Amino acid sequence: MTLATAILLTVMTAATPLLLAALGELVVERAGVLNLGVEGMMIMGAASGVAVAIVTGSSLLGVLAAIGAGMALAALFALLTLGLSANQVAAGLALTIFGLGLSGVVGAPFVGVQREGIGRITVPFLSDLPVIGPILFRQDPFVYGSVALVIAVSWFLWRTKPGLILRACGENPVSAHALGYPVLRIRLYAVLFGGACAGLAGAYLSLVLTPFWTAGMTAGRGWIALAIVVFASWLPFRALLGAYLFGGLIILQLHAQTAGVAVPSQLLAALPYLITILALTLIMAMRRGQGGVAPAGLGLTFTPDR
Amino acid sequence: MPLVLERRADAGGWALLLSPLLAVALTLASSLVIFWFLGQDPWRALRVYFLLPLSDSWGLQEVAVKATPLVLIAVGLALCFRSGNWNIGAEGQFLIGAICGGGVAVWSHGAGGPWVLPLMLVAGALGGMLYALIPAVLKTRLRVNEILVSLMLVYVAEFLLDWLVRGPWRDPMGFNMPQTVTFARDATLPLLFEGGRMNLGSVIALVVVVAAALVMARTLKGFEIRLVGDAPRAARFAGFSDRRLTITVFAVSGALAGLAGVLEAAGTVRQLLPGFSPAYGFTAIIVAFLGRLNPVGCLVAGLFIAITFIGGENAQIILRLPRDMTLVFQGLLLFYILACDTLVLYRLRPAPRRSTA
Repeated sequence: MTLATAILLTVMTAATPLLLAALGELVVERAGVLNLGVEGMMIMGAASGVAVAIVTGSSLLGVLAAIGAGMALAALFALLTLGLSANQVAAGLALTIFGLGLSGVVGAPFVGVQREGIGRITVPFLSDLPVIGPILFRQDPFVYGSVALVIAVSWFLWRTKPGLILRACGENPVSAHALGYPVLRIRLYAVLFGGACAGLAGAYLSLVLTPFWTAGMTAGRGWIALAIVVFASWLPFRALLGAYLFGGLIILQLHAQTAGVAVPSQLLAALPYLITILALTLIMAMRRGQGGVAPAGLGLTFTPDR
Repeated sequence: MPLVLERRADAGGWALLLSPLLAVALTLASSLVIFWFLGQDPWRALRVYFLLPLSDSWGLQEVAVKATPLVLIAVGLALCFRSGNWNIGAEGQFLIGAICGGGVAVWSHGAGGPWVLPLMLVAGALGGMLYALIPAVLKTRLRVNEILVSLMLVYVAEFLLDWLVRGPWRDPMGFNMPQTVTFARDATLPLLFEGGRMNLGSVIALVVVVAAALVMARTLKGFEIRLVGDAPRAARFAGFSDRRLTITVFAVSGALAGLAGVLEAAGTVRQLLPGFSPAYGFTAIIVAFLGRLNPVGCLVAGLFIAITFIGGENAQIILRLPRDMTLVFQGLLLFYILACDTLVLYRLRPAPRRSTA
């Protein structure tokens, strides 16, 4: 395996958690809800995934627990913002703080416990192809799952009636409500889906990528996922592109650090965050004068009127 | 039975005071359950968290020391949030303030004079202000999301501090520890009392609270901030520019966070090192909400949260509870504040039967 292939492989694994979390948040925001708690849900997923996997010895149960934890936090967020019409920004921040704290408490007994990561799926014959073989046909199930999810989300949002209704709730909740659609219930489903995706992304971090638990291991990935949604103009395939760009960036700076480039390692480590700002700025500069591409009702509280 | 929210017509002053108190009470009740769940004696744990910090002069002074940065940052954030500007990168502005002010101390070390301290404070506030203006300008010029930009800049500030204290600013006599020199006498704030660490910074924070309260209640700017947040459309008709206001509130909150940073550096820590801040900038967000986005409220809320900060440290030592418990409480508290605000302003009522669909 050449160095380039190895790098491409790691790029895909670095991009996958970003992609999973971004896809979930994309659906949430398409329904008109801004959940800033991605980081909190993700790290709770990582902590509970690792905890359950170690206790039960089953990676599958760990993954399910991570999804459950993400959804539980999302349900809490939904209770506040949908049930009690609380401010979405504040509730999202609360979710992140709460998740960071609780994950530390849940994960404390498991710090540094090593376990075998989830293995890769090797497609027979095809994986022996030069270059593309190892990249495309020797990945772990999450990588395949995340790409399948891109297609599924895209198909759901633009090719199905429920998808259309979900987007209507995000663009104009008042009209959707007037047409008789249960806006809050649809938003609840979207928020829960977002929580499941963020939890899954967290499980990927602690069960596949590292694979052990350290406090604060998400290191802002949840926030980068939020940025990817904006960067992707709320389109799933562009989120795929965005996630792989950022994944590439993270890997690039890691390689540059180990290669001993004559630049402070802190500058390299700060690069993904700086580039995020740069990417957001560029995308907004390019979009200038085109009007908004964000869902029109994004982040606004909707209380049904009777 | 489905429930609906209905706006209360009579949500008056009492209710606005009631909701934060209710939120605190609910948080305490939940923490009892959590302590019990973690196998602790709930009442003992509660005492360690909330009463032990208040039991002696050292503890009381520590509460003031911890509350100072929280209150300063929260007052600035309250102005931002009030006007619908989401500066959540105060942690970064806090660090940049400490770096700019601390830089003056490092640079003047051994060649100081009475001018050092004032220059440090100015440099810290200016640094924080300029750092906060990055998301503000990007928001007003290109409508870039200020939440994401201000947050990303927190990570950048952390790496900058890390690089400085491991590289150019490292104490040459510090046995290779990643930290700067201990600041000289003329680069540190005087202590107020014996037997504690309370310093002039707490007085400055009090002055800022009074000034902000006056601005909010008595000046046109304060009215503008409240109006833009409560009724943006009306504010535009009244001729207020929300862009200019965005720049102003970001500048003020950045300057206050930067000031808090340099006060922490010059008053409490007296050097720069990684992990310089126990996430004051993020905790201040909760302080701002608990204080109902009101300067005086922020003072009270800051004191309360400071107690839990020290309580968390005590609990770590005495009860061997993980330090992250403090974050859990803070997150819970913010949940309860948001929930109580709704329950105070609205009333939950069974949904009326619809005659026809």
